Amino acid sequence: MWKAVRVGAAAVLAAALAVTAAGCGSDEPAASDEKVTLSYAVWDKNQVPVMEEIAAAFTKDHPNITINVQLTPWADYWTKLRAAVTGGAAPDVFWMNGPNIQLYADNGVIMPLSDKIDQAKLDLTVYPKALVDLYTFEGKVYGLPKDFDTVGVWYNKELFDAAAVKYPADGWTWADFKAAAAKLSNPAKGVYAVGANLAGQEYYYNTIYQAGGNVISADGKKSGFDDPATVEGLRFWTDLIKNKQSPDLKTMTDTAPLQLFESGKLAMYWGGSWNVSEFGKNEYTKTRVDAAPLPTGVKQATIIHGLANVVSAKTKAPAQAWEFVKFLGSKPAADILGKKGPIPAYTGTQDAWLAANAQFKGKVFLDAVSYAVPYPVSRNTAAWNDEEFKQLTKAYTGEVTVEAAAKELATQMNALLAKE
Amino acid sequence: MTATVTGAADDVRTAVPAPVPARRRRRWRHRGAEAAWGYLLIAPTGLGLAVFYLWPVLQTGYFSFTEWGPFGGHEWVGLDNYRTLAADDEVLTSLRNTVAYTLLGLLGIPLAVLFAALLNRPRLRGVSAYRALFFLPVVTMPVAVAMVWRWLYNGDYGLINYLLSLVGVEGPHWIADPATALYALVAVGIWTSLGYNIVIFLAGMQAIPREYYEAAAIDGAGALAQFRRITLPLLSPSLFFVSVLSVIGSLQLFDLVYVMGGSGQSARANPAFPRIQTVVHLFYDKAFYTNDRGYAAAIVMALLVLIVTLTAIQFRLQKRWVHYG
Repeated sequence: MWKAVRVGAAAVLAAALAVTAAGCGSDEPAASDEKVTLSYAVWDKNQVPVMEEIAAAFTKDHPNITINVQLTPWADYWTKLRAAVTGGAAPDVFWMNGPNIQLYADNGVIMPLSDKIDQAKLDLTVYPKALVDLYTFEGKVYGLPKDFDTVGVWYNKELFDAAAVKYPADGWTWADFKAAAAKLSNPAKGVYAVGANLAGQEYYYNTIYQAGGNVISADGKKSGFDDPATVEGLRFWTDLIKNKQSPDLKTMTDTAPLQLFESGKLAMYWGGSWNVSEFGKNEYTKTRVDAAPLPTGVKQATIIHGLANVVSAKTKAPAQAWEFVKFLGSKPAADILGKKGPIPAYTGTQDAWLAANAQFKGKVFLDAVSYAVPYPVSRNTAAWNDEEFKQLTKAYTGEVTVEAAAKELATQMNALLAKE
Repeated sequence: MTATVTGAADDVRTAVPAPVPARRRRRWRHRGAEAAWGYLLIAPTGLGLAVFYLWPVLQTGYFSFTEWGPFGGHEWVGLDNYRTLAADDEVLTSLRNTVAYTLLGLLGIPLAVLFAALLNRPRLRGVSAYRALFFLPVVTMPVAVAMVWRWLYNGDYGLINYLLSLVGVEGPHWIADPATALYALVAVGIWTSLGYNIVIFLAGMQAIPREYYEAAAIDGAGALAQFRRITLPLLSPSLFFVSVLSVIGSLQLFDLVYVMGGSGQSARANPAFPRIQTVVHLFYDKAFYTNDRGYAAAIVMALLVLIVTLTAIQFRLQKRWVHYG
């Protein structure tokens, strides 16, 4: 025991020295003779290899900086990150998303990058403006866009052929979708048209905007769930469950829609452009599925979102961390990412992504940018996101009507927004 | 009922009050070198307990009167958390679930006694194989156990429903159906703790002198009468010990619910979740998912009071039915 304590004390002392050392050279570029290991937290296991490849490319140019890519699965990522930040053990560099950026920026957890961007004379117009705006908080940029994604319909050609239904294509509508759903479903065999997953980004946010509704007002102050058009967007999904064209929540709790789709039990899967790597690798989906745009409701809409790389405000090596984030946002990194990962955010590198995923109609996701709606966020998005799941579960199980659930949700959400 | 059982074992065993002879008590007055050595010897454990158990408990007590920011930092809010707690439906539901789980979990005790009695039969073949089989779930990681059961319980592709379908029964979605979820969890809880309880009861049974049974047999007592009049009364200390552990373990149930029922977003989308959420899971949810740490502390303090009260009651009642030696 005493030995452990002594070793521990030595480690603390060493860490303290490291802090002092880092503190001395904080404003200068990375001290060249100093060995540093940066932790880089990510949540997508499909992207771990490509992130490691990019990290290796970076270390080649910066031999003194090694990158430790740390995977935390999506389900626990934010829980773990918050606990790590609270405990003073946040990773140096990590993935950030739209729902969380304002909360992290507002609480000083991540470092504003605007000054460093100016110093390095970086041009931010190489990224889609919607993404730069998403990661700008109170006039300062907090993250460099990494990738972007839009939502489309992944469909199983085999099941479409078996039911003699035409493949979805450009310009198809809600009516087309519903007609196809009716033909594709065969509950007796456990085959359904689509899984009405209780998820915003790939599912009900899209239909809400397609129905002409909204999730949150443009100024981020008022909930849109009491808008009758929004309710129609939600009813799109509850009707599918009611008509047995989607498995119910019980089935989807036991087996996730993605697994159902990958085992030929769902004819369609509403998913993102990020699914290419998963579907490209999976033996079943590799040859059987393809992508189509989302059906048009009152209007055409898809949710666009993208991740950014951010730097912890408490990192012990801010100069090195910034160097790494700068590289992650650069064209060489985007070129590697496009070949093996999601759609890179850097303009002009998307063709590599299309070429790398030529077996799917990837252009669907790039074309969708023209009618895409930004992911709805506010300062504390997570708080009302949680309320969405709590209230909408009741509507999806049929315990309460969609109208009642949406109304209650709007009330709760407005109360939370008022507290922000 | 799973991981917590083994963790709490030592504490409770030492907590069972052994009758203190009067002569011993007198000797306590002579504080001297002997006492100093005693304190020195328990110091490492005492220190560990103080640092890793007592201090966090005190801190949690303090935090229950505070409100936390999203990334730490807290301010004093007095009794606010406790006021919210008293009016919170979620707390009430999870409390009801926990109590239901605890009561149903007690059914595992007669089951364990039964198995222990069977395993204790003198001429049973392959007895060590049986004992190993029953004990296996105890030494298996609770999360692994929960994962496997999750698959077994799957409504569409699980083994249980497949077997039921062979006899023409359409099984429910065990852990996603509000009507079955709690019972499905209880079954796993009993299954995991069965082996541990059997071992305790076996030890208890083997400590009963053979002569009692021989004497009873001579007096004409049958097997059932022997079990009722000899085994059960002399097993009562073990019964008491196991019931205290079982109650504490059930009240602290978390891992099974977390893995089988879900957490955070996946828990919200599980229609059965309101029927299986336990107090400790609610505490976790508030502390780490919705990041309401002060309120979470208040929930867990309420649980502490509940556990202390129930255990105190059990210790009170034991005087009526537990026979030592």
